[in-house]
Amino acid sequence: MSAAETTTAKVPPRRHSSPPAGGGRPPAPGRRRSRLGQAATPWLLLAPCILVLVLVLGYPLIRLGTLSFQDYKKPQLWGFKPATWVGFDNYQAILSDSEFWSVVVRTIVFAGCCVLLTMVVGMLVALLLQRVSPWVRTLVNIALVASWAMPVVVAVTVFKWMFDSDYGVVNWVLSKIPGVDYSGHNWFASGPEGLSVIMMQVVWGAIPFVVITLSAGLTQVPKELEEAARLDGAGALGVFRYVTFPIIKPLVVMMTTLSVIWDMGVFAQVWLMRGGHPEPEFQLLTTYSYDRAFGVNDYATGSAIALLTVLLLLGVVAVYMRQMLKIGEVE
Amino acid sequence: MTGTRGTGTPPLSTAAVAAARRRRNGKLGWNLLGLLVFALAAFPVYWMLNTAFKPAKDAIDPTPHFFPYPVSLENFRRALNISDFWGPVERSLIVSAGTVVIGAVIGLLAALAISRFAFRGRKVVIVGILTVQMVPLVAMIIPVFLLLNQIHQIDKLSGLILTYLTFILPFTVWTLRGFLVNIPKELEEAAMVDGCSRTGAFLRVVFPLLAPGLVATSIYGFIQAWNEFLYALLVMSQEHETATVWLGTFTTQHGTEYAPMMAGSTMMGIPVVILFLLVQRKMAAGLTAGAVKG
Repeated sequence: MSAAETTTAKVPPRRHSSPPAGGGRPPAPGRRRSRLGQAATPWLLLAPCILVLVLVLGYPLIRLGTLSFQDYKKPQLWGFKPATWVGFDNYQAILSDSEFWSVVVRTIVFAGCCVLLTMVVGMLVALLLQRVSPWVRTLVNIALVASWAMPVVVAVTVFKWMFDSDYGVVNWVLSKIPGVDYSGHNWFASGPEGLSVIMMQVVWGAIPFVVITLSAGLTQVPKELEEAARLDGAGALGVFRYVTFPIIKPLVVMMTTLSVIWDMGVFAQVWLMRGGHPEPEFQLLTTYSYDRAFGVNDYATGSAIALLTVLLLLGVVAVYMRQMLKIGEVE
Repeated sequence: MTGTRGTGTPPLSTAAVAAARRRRNGKLGWNLLGLLVFALAAFPVYWMLNTAFKPAKDAIDPTPHFFPYPVSLENFRRALNISDFWGPVERSLIVSAGTVVIGAVIGLLAALAISRFAFRGRKVVIVGILTVQMVPLVAMIIPVFLLLNQIHQIDKLSGLILTYLTFILPFTVWTLRGFLVNIPKELEEAAMVDGCSRTGAFLRVVFPLLAPGLVATSIYGFIQAWNEFLYALLVMSQEHETATVWLGTFTTQHGTEYAPMMAGSTMMGIPVVILFLLVQRKMAAGLTAGAVKG
């Protein structure tokens, strides 16, 4: 079968010979796989990709680590002074700063609420789309794809306008409710309220991806199974819990993980809504780290904060990695 | 697109048809709920268009006008006049196109390697590419900034292209791999039996089949690069800003002028939405098929 290159056509096929140490998997039944040909070719093809990723991702990742243990401010950036090693000083300073801890708590609460809202609403909409008429589904899908495609900057600008204190449509609509007067209400006067507006924008932007992916997953659920459960007397909730959900669970896990990563990384929304200068009660870990690095020019402290953020994420990513490794297993 | 799909939806069984008929009566309520979801999801887009096309003085009427009447292009004119619009757009176009072209070439080679060759360390590469996609780019801005500073790429479009490759490249490789594994190897083999070289078989047989996927992936990557904000803000100076930063920092001495801003948003957002609508189906097919098929 040797789908291999013509260059190796003369080499006798090495059936099952010398399974590579890293990938000692047996060939999947019914699947053809090209023989291990000239070992260099795939690496030559991969070389440019790996080179670029090492330069712009690998090196900075290591630099992020080393930077957080150095004293690195403007003089070091301009090369007037060499960077000096300061051990754990940066971390000590951050961890003993109460402001840092309030930022951590705020980030976790913010991201947690975003993820929860995104997943629950996304799931409900996906289930709803299975029950509506095709033309309604098409309408909703168009709206979802349009909101998915909206550049974040554009979406944030529109939300800012909708929630404007004087001319915003939201205040006008709310004021129509009898006994409620929201005219002139400033949504960004307090941190929690302003962050809820930002949260709405994040969730609005994140739901389309979840709905469209989950909808695709839901079509894979065999109708017969649901029907059988229903005939056996299961209610709508029971069918969902014992039949539908277990089947789409891997998808849900994956989407939740991705949402956590994205929502912990929310930056542009806060930065833009607050006109480039988020007030202390709006700071999330991302903006806090950015402010430290590029506002105060303390690149080392900023790096340490960024690194702590990454560590915070690692727990979640570990779950995702297990899924990914499973995919690798299948390969 | 259906031709390359590995798994399709299961054929509608008679039981499902019967169930659908039974459920039709309860559909009205679901449809109304669906329309509510539609309204909520579409409202910001509608409100942007509405504001952009209405006369400027209507936009700042405390009682909102729900239809742009009379339709006016005044806000667009103002948005174009307040500050240079085409400069940032041109820079964004250069950066996005540059990123996508470089990403597609390098990514295609890598995707070929992991989908068409069995080699030692293949699994490591695949897991590596998936992992790289998980790195939160926000956390990397400081060292990336220092790196660009070191190699004198601050405030240069090439520097921005280089940073954009960090997220375009892994995505391109993974998506193209998804499209590639759905092209049967037998086609290539047949071409080679008929006397094609491996390269010839790729160019004549695989590439034409891959082309739609490659286009879709490129457009999707283009949108991502076009929408990027954080690195654009950091790397480029104000006089060389790209379109997203231009829009994000759109203020005048009179404060924020929302109506021209919505016109600017429309000009930036609508082309992207149209492009996205064109490729979304293809992308979804490629991504899911790639995930299902090893």
